[in-house]
Amino acid sequence: MTVLVSVIVGLGLSFVIGLAARAALRAAAPARHRPMFRDMPLTASFGLAVILAYVVVAVLAPVIAPFGEGEVLGDQYLPWAAPHYLGTDKLGRDMLTRLIYGARNTVGIAFATTALAFVAGAVLGIWAALAGGWMDQGLSRLVDALMAIPALIFSLLLLTIFGTSVLTLILVIAAVDATRVYRLARSVAQGIVVMDYIEAARLRGEGNWHLIRREILPNAMAPLAAEFGLRFCFVFLSISALSFLGLGIKPPTADWGSMVRENATLITFGDITPLLPAGAIALLTVAVNFVVDWQLQRASGLKE
Amino acid sequence: MTGIWRMIGQRLLLGVLTLFIISLVIFGATELLPGDLARELLGQSATEETLAALREQLGLNEPAPVRYWNWLTGVLQGDFGVSMATQRPISELVGARLGNTLFLALYAAALSVPLSLLLGVLAALWRNSVFDRASNALALTVISFPEFFVAYILILWLAQTGLFPSMVRITGATTTGDLLYSAFLPALTLTLVVTAHMMRMTRAAIINLMASPYIEMARLKGMSPMRVVLRHAVPNALAPIINVVALNLAYLITGVVVVEVVFVYPGLGQLMIDAVTNRDIPVVQAIALIFASAYVLLNLLADVLSTVTNPRLMHRT
Repeated sequence: MTVLVSVIVGLGLSFVIGLAARAALRAAAPARHRPMFRDMPLTASFGLAVILAYVVVAVLAPVIAPFGEGEVLGDQYLPWAAPHYLGTDKLGRDMLTRLIYGARNTVGIAFATTALAFVAGAVLGIWAALAGGWMDQGLSRLVDALMAIPALIFSLLLLTIFGTSVLTLILVIAAVDATRVYRLARSVAQGIVVMDYIEAARLRGEGNWHLIRREILPNAMAPLAAEFGLRFCFVFLSISALSFLGLGIKPPTADWGSMVRENATLITFGDITPLLPAGAIALLTVAVNFVVDWQLQRASGLKE
Repeated sequence: MTGIWRMIGQRLLLGVLTLFIISLVIFGATELLPGDLARELLGQSATEETLAALREQLGLNEPAPVRYWNWLTGVLQGDFGVSMATQRPISELVGARLGNTLFLALYAAALSVPLSLLLGVLAALWRNSVFDRASNALALTVISFPEFFVAYILILWLAQTGLFPSMVRITGATTTGDLLYSAFLPALTLTLVVTAHMMRMTRAAIINLMASPYIEMARLKGMSPMRVVLRHAVPNALAPIINVVALNLAYLITGVVVVEVVFVYPGLGQLMIDAVTNRDIPVVQAIALIFASAYVLLNLLADVLSTVTNPRLMHRT
């Protein structure tokens, strides 16, 4: 019964947030961009609002959080009551504080990893499409071989070899995901490099770097931006999964994945506290997916 | 007919080649370390004697190609070497757990494949209806959930009320019926995670076809929408649907890792996580090879099946 009620309340709340965010966006957007927001679905405006909220929390974490990140404040597993509004964890640290800092650590690390994977994958992919020949063949076959191994399994293998720390985590996940970005960037760029304007730029004597930056990237932006959103979701989920498995971000750094693991025993007593960090992960991923879905629909001009 | 056999032969050869390259990658990954493996595993404080002993045990004194050859020939005969943590043969550790993991994956597949095909066809049939929109939004939401979130929600909801157990114990005396009952929650978690994706893709594959002239023709003949979809759209959408199903079954293989840990299910995934934590490299290599082979085989199967259902694909490139 309580499940049903909370689902209905949650849906109603997201509906209101979506409506409010859409109204705000319409009012705030410059006239040039207003049409884009006019027929924006509610799911997308809800997603944008959620993403914005996460960014604000992540940036202002030390200001908002009532206590210090690793501060041990009292007994373990205190119930939800002031001053610990969401109780305490197994070491007696304030749950709300750690959730807020988690936004900074988990999302920050996921974002850095995605950016790294993206820069490496996109630059190599576009460069391979531009260079062609045996360079392209060699690189592409290598990526094919790496992609034949499931991503999570390959990351686990690499983490075993290089050991688990935040830096290796970022590098390993970025390397694994860069192969996926490479694939997309290369196929998008292949469609562009055969265009006449590329030929014209080459005849002008422009170098490869100029071609990538000024001619190819601007034309490949739409699919790459959507891919960035999706890639972020994948990276975010795999980092959370690895942290949950105890192989990712290590305590005392507040991180949502490991917070679920640390407090999982509470579930067996019917306490929903461990679901909060998991829910925070889920909510952000849903929000990003909603926005990407909307952008993809707009880009493809599909009005089903 | 001979064309099909030739195609299957070609794909098999390609599959074997892929597996060979994968084995090279999995084995060669250890060579990426700047120093040597023994020092990396034992840390800076290790004495020369222990280092030498470990090198001897791992066979690090031989050159890499020789070690690879020994490893590969061993694997082909079912001998994966010895676990560094427990000193037991890996094939023994893996043996029983492989069956458990396969059981869980098959269980989830048996639940999710029919369910997602049904939902996908219905969503395509009632396109833009409330059902379609709701199932689409729900599917997108579930895709975005981490597996452990779904798992804990199910535990809170179904295990707290005492309907299903939240931990899976498998002993010699466990019957299939018991197993089906006690593994229901992990299987359901996996089902929910993959169904969403399969359903969306099935719907997309069918809707893609709905604009074709022959569908238009069937409609103009006065066929009912249900019949149009089932008789004309679904058979032609089989190739993409089979591919999506295979892709998701392959995904199940990696999805089991997290789910097994949540439900303390004695499968390969949990063994792998333990091995990664202990940095038991031979075990991790063996399991990675098993998972990757299953992945390659499923993709191979999907490729062959979708070509068989759509002979036009045989003449591509």
